Amino acid sequence: MIISIASGKGGTGKTTVATNLAFSLENSVQLMDCDVEEPNSHLFLNPVFHDKDPVIAPVPLVDENKCTYCRKCMEICRFGAIAVAGETVITFPELCHSCGGCTVICPEDAITESPRELGYIEKGKSGHISFLQGYLKIGQVMSPPIIKKIRTYAEKDTVNIIDAPPGTSCPVIAAMKGADFVLLVTEPTPFGLNDLILAVEAVKTLDIPCGIVINRAGMGNDDVKQYAEKEGVPVLMEIPFDKEIARVYANGGLIVDHIPEYREKFITLFDRIKELSLQGVNTK
Amino acid sequence: MKELVILSGKGGTGKTSLTAAFAFFSKSMVLCDADVDAADLHLLMEPVVQQKADFKGGNEAIINPELCTGCGLCIELCRFSAIFEDTFEVDPMECEGCGVCYDLCPEGAIDFPEKTCGQWYISDTRYGPMVHAGLGIAEENSGRLVALVREEARKIVHKEKTELILTDGPPGIGCPVIASISQANAVLVVAEPSVSGVHDLKRVGELAEHFKIPAMVCVNKCDLNPEKTKMIRDAAEENNYTYVGEIPFDKNFIESMILKKSIIETGESSDAGVAVKKIWDNVMEHPAMKLERLV
Repeated sequence: MIISIASGKGGTGKTTVATNLAFSLENSVQLMDCDVEEPNSHLFLNPVFHDKDPVIAPVPLVDENKCTYCRKCMEICRFGAIAVAGETVITFPELCHSCGGCTVICPEDAITESPRELGYIEKGKSGHISFLQGYLKIGQVMSPPIIKKIRTYAEKDTVNIIDAPPGTSCPVIAAMKGADFVLLVTEPTPFGLNDLILAVEAVKTLDIPCGIVINRAGMGNDDVKQYAEKEGVPVLMEIPFDKEIARVYANGGLIVDHIPEYREKFITLFDRIKELSLQGVNTK
Repeated sequence: MKELVILSGKGGTGKTSLTAAFAFFSKSMVLCDADVDAADLHLLMEPVVQQKADFKGGNEAIINPELCTGCGLCIELCRFSAIFEDTFEVDPMECEGCGVCYDLCPEGAIDFPEKTCGQWYISDTRYGPMVHAGLGIAEENSGRLVALVREEARKIVHKEKTELILTDGPPGIGCPVIASISQANAVLVVAEPSVSGVHDLKRVGELAEHFKIPAMVCVNKCDLNPEKTKMIRDAAEENNYTYVGEIPFDKNFIESMILKKSIIETGESSDAGVAVKKIWDNVMEHPAMKLERLV
């Protein structure tokens, strides 16, 4: 089973929910931190890492001895990653999407590919939790290939929990697509609601059942609840706006460790998710 | 012309609230919402749209079943596994828009139309013009849309002889963030005093350094964890990021958001209001903010 934890707005508590949920479950569980720009789950679970693999994307390598400067490579490239000016070929690896078009179109077989490192994946263990996370290298733009690579490690008879990046564009879709359930974490404020609506729309395009966790409940107004009711998306859990919880979080602690009754709440949350994912798509 | 980009690495630290407050202090500026994925600045600024346009974010392959002979070359060529092997249909969610299948299909059976990936707007607000956008749900190319809204903001600045662009940046350190900082005078990172806040400041700081953009740092909700606030202050000093101040936790922040106002409009003399003003003054005193940029 794959549960993807997303939000639209950043800083609503995705990582808090992902780590506390993983820690509460007694099942075989794997946490996959797919927020590869700013992965934070490891700060709360302190895993011991045993493997680190680079994520590689192929980029063009031009043999200028063979090149006739026919410009076909430049014409096929939609990303501006290869340019021919007079008798010079320049490549811009950071713009390359690794589509391979230039290597196929070159009539002289002058283009091969060399590896470029987009980032890396680390694998480890935190108690009974299998832990995976990705890091995008500073200055690189292509996060979806790293997310997709992490997802290849999803295991069949395990609860796979994905900590997704914020937003609603391609990296988020890469972290939600094919999940059995999407859990959307929001806060009861106008920003939280605005971005929750975007996130629910994104989930709808993927036909995945979803539910909401309201974090910092009591902080703002009731608009999120009204929206959830209108849309028919169930609110599965509320975490109150509470100084003690904020303090535990700021120090890198788990709520379930410091306030034990929360363990039961997270187990109940998981049971609801299991139930709802079996019922299928629930958005209108 | 000058541009300040408000960033954070970690989401939800207060970028948008701070941008709205700065808009109040600036005498002559254009607002730019570069968080096109999950834009929120309009909720505080209540923009009145003056001009609206589609964002053409790329092309998408579509296979014409009438012409397709099922030779399978496109499936072989597609590095994104975007073509279903049984039906020869393109999965729009996976199509990268590279056009390789379109260019190489021996039957010319593939179309490659331009697609609309969102909208962008030029609006009036009570503080001045604002350029903002909405990326379509589940669309790509957010970096290109960010570049576009910043370009439009520059055009307004040149036309109106405005002094400053205030850009509300996206979270993270990836594609849209990189698109939001090139050619800016400086970035202001809004950090949160938590283990995540400390970790994420390091990454966004490295990104600014990588692109040689001067970085300033402030801490929001500093009193929630004085020890982590100190860690951020120390990290700023160690890395030569100018530490421009800290804002105490203040319920006014949330209340102003619910009233669709900036913190300055609802509580200029509140602790947070005073702290924000001090940060603004420090930011504008930074040497990088004294330079005029040509583009």
